[in-house]
Amino acid sequence: MQNSKPDTNGAANSAGNGVAMEERIQPSRSFTDEEFERYSRQMIVPGMGKEGQLRLINSRVLIIGAGGLGCPAAQYIAGAGVGTIGVVDGDVVELSNLHRQVGHATSRIGMKKVDSLITHLRRLNPLPTFVPHASHIDPQNAADIVSQYDVVVDCTDNPATRYLISDVCVLLCKPLVSAASVQKSGQLIVLNCPPTPKGLLDRKYAPCYRCCFKKPPPAGAMLSCGEAGIMGPVVGMMGVAQAGEAIKIIASALHLPPSDPDSAPERNLQQPTLLLYSYDLESAVGPYTFRALKMAGRKKTCFACGENSTLTLDGIKAGNPNYEQFCGLAAPRSNLPPEERITAAAYHAAKTRGELPEHVLVDTREKEHFSFGNIDGAVNVPFGKLLMTAAAVKRGGASADQILAPAELEPLPEDAPIFVVCRRGLDSQEAVEKLKELGMDNGGKRKILDIVGGMKAWKEEVDHSFPFI
Amino acid sequence: MASTTETTETPALAITVDFSGGLEMLFSDQKRHSLSIPATDSHGKPATIASLIDYLCKNTMKDPRAELFVLDDHIRPGILVLINDADWELEGEETYEIQAGDNILFVSTLHGG
Repeated sequence: MQNSKPDTNGAANSAGNGVAMEERIQPSRSFTDEEFERYSRQMIVPGMGKEGQLRLINSRVLIIGAGGLGCPAAQYIAGAGVGTIGVVDGDVVELSNLHRQVGHATSRIGMKKVDSLITHLRRLNPLPTFVPHASHIDPQNAADIVSQYDVVVDCTDNPATRYLISDVCVLLCKPLVSAASVQKSGQLIVLNCPPTPKGLLDRKYAPCYRCCFKKPPPAGAMLSCGEAGIMGPVVGMMGVAQAGEAIKIIASALHLPPSDPDSAPERNLQQPTLLLYSYDLESAVGPYTFRALKMAGRKKTCFACGENSTLTLDGIKAGNPNYEQFCGLAAPRSNLPPEERITAAAYHAAKTRGELPEHVLVDTREKEHFSFGNIDGAVNVPFGKLLMTAAAVKRGGASADQILAPAELEPLPEDAPIFVVCRRGLDSQEAVEKLKELGMDNGGKRKILDIVGGMKAWKEEVDHSFPFI
Repeated sequence: MASTTETTETPALAITVDFSGGLEMLFSDQKRHSLSIPATDSHGKPATIASLIDYLCKNTMKDPRAELFVLDDHIRPGILVLINDADWELEGEETYEIQAGDNILFVSTLHGG
């Protein structure tokens, strides 16, 4: 598995023209007929040439995440002829992946993503060595995996993993091509390139992920593709751009540590840049579709690469830092007492038996989610709107009844219960608290209940054919 | 000179403020806001990014979930601030004095993929 590229017949070619350590390149190696033809169109591009192609063939790239970013990134990295391509992912292919994860296939649903993607890549180009790592990257395995490669492409989907990958790349001196995408936006940045050991300080040294994104957003403020949705071309664009950056790094030998660290700034006169892609569904390409934002260099105070960094590979393995905690993934949300909650199954059973009095069922999902299916009689009050009206009520600019919006709704008897359902059962708990706070419970005469687990539970417990998104 | 019928004597600064990465959701789903903000803050000091943030919360944000934008009077973690397309760290962060015509961009960092 490791070091699958044989360092055949030595002649390690020490130093030469500024860039040393091209130990894996065999300058005398000639291309096979197939390589010559396969890569001809990119080899004739000015700046690429035979040398650039040889560097690609002799390089090892790790793609972490075989999803919406990883699929397009891997395609172009494989197509370009990178010699060893590792893919890390612990998931299996699902139908809802396929609109954007173009390296998989309908016929491979249920297959491990790493195997599915490698199947696809081999059909595109059988020449590279493909290495599947069929588990999620974690503090225990990260260094072992990353150390086998020259360049890391972060195609993962959560902040804890992003900080972990960056930290390991800092410690192992690997350039990192990082991108992310949710809904209608994408971001891309090249980090730690050219790599310089941590603690070396000069603003000209390249930043790491922590230099640019010091702290993660609070857990409640984060959007995932599963919840917020994602447009295929948006994430695809970012993944393709990642491949482009990885290829540039290798072709220009920026992945190889310089013989003299002092020369690093000269090799990296590029301004660290965050590329932003905004995809507006209501307009054509405009001046702000792409923005190139100037970022600062390595930070003196950076936790990972700064002057007082205490980060070590052993520490990471031992759980220090604690990435989950840092990203607030253990943060508790509101917990209602049991008498203010009802399971989806119990609500449905009571309703079918006719045991429920006149009541209102409020569905707080976004209107797009609601439009695909909802419980009979449910009223859609998106969570954001509910909070907004609640704030207006508090300011005295609206009456509490307006929260349950639709004017056509008959005024309810003051003891008619309100049930609240959301997508997975978190927003609804907060909504229940909000409604009580506003006195909608009429001093306890009216019950306000949360349907446990939201529409996800409804699908699991009541209606298996419900189109849950 | 200041003999207009305006009620305030504070001169205003015309700037554009952009929101991206989902933050626009807190600002009427509008990505670009052309604003005219007071050139000085309540203490008579020149307007800074800090006073702009305060202004945005009081005047521009319609969504009550202010905690998705500010936390303890500072911009919340996970939001980048860019002054004329450069990281605010290169410009003095919250203390940067806003100039007429500036473009201030607030971007929420993304993690999906």
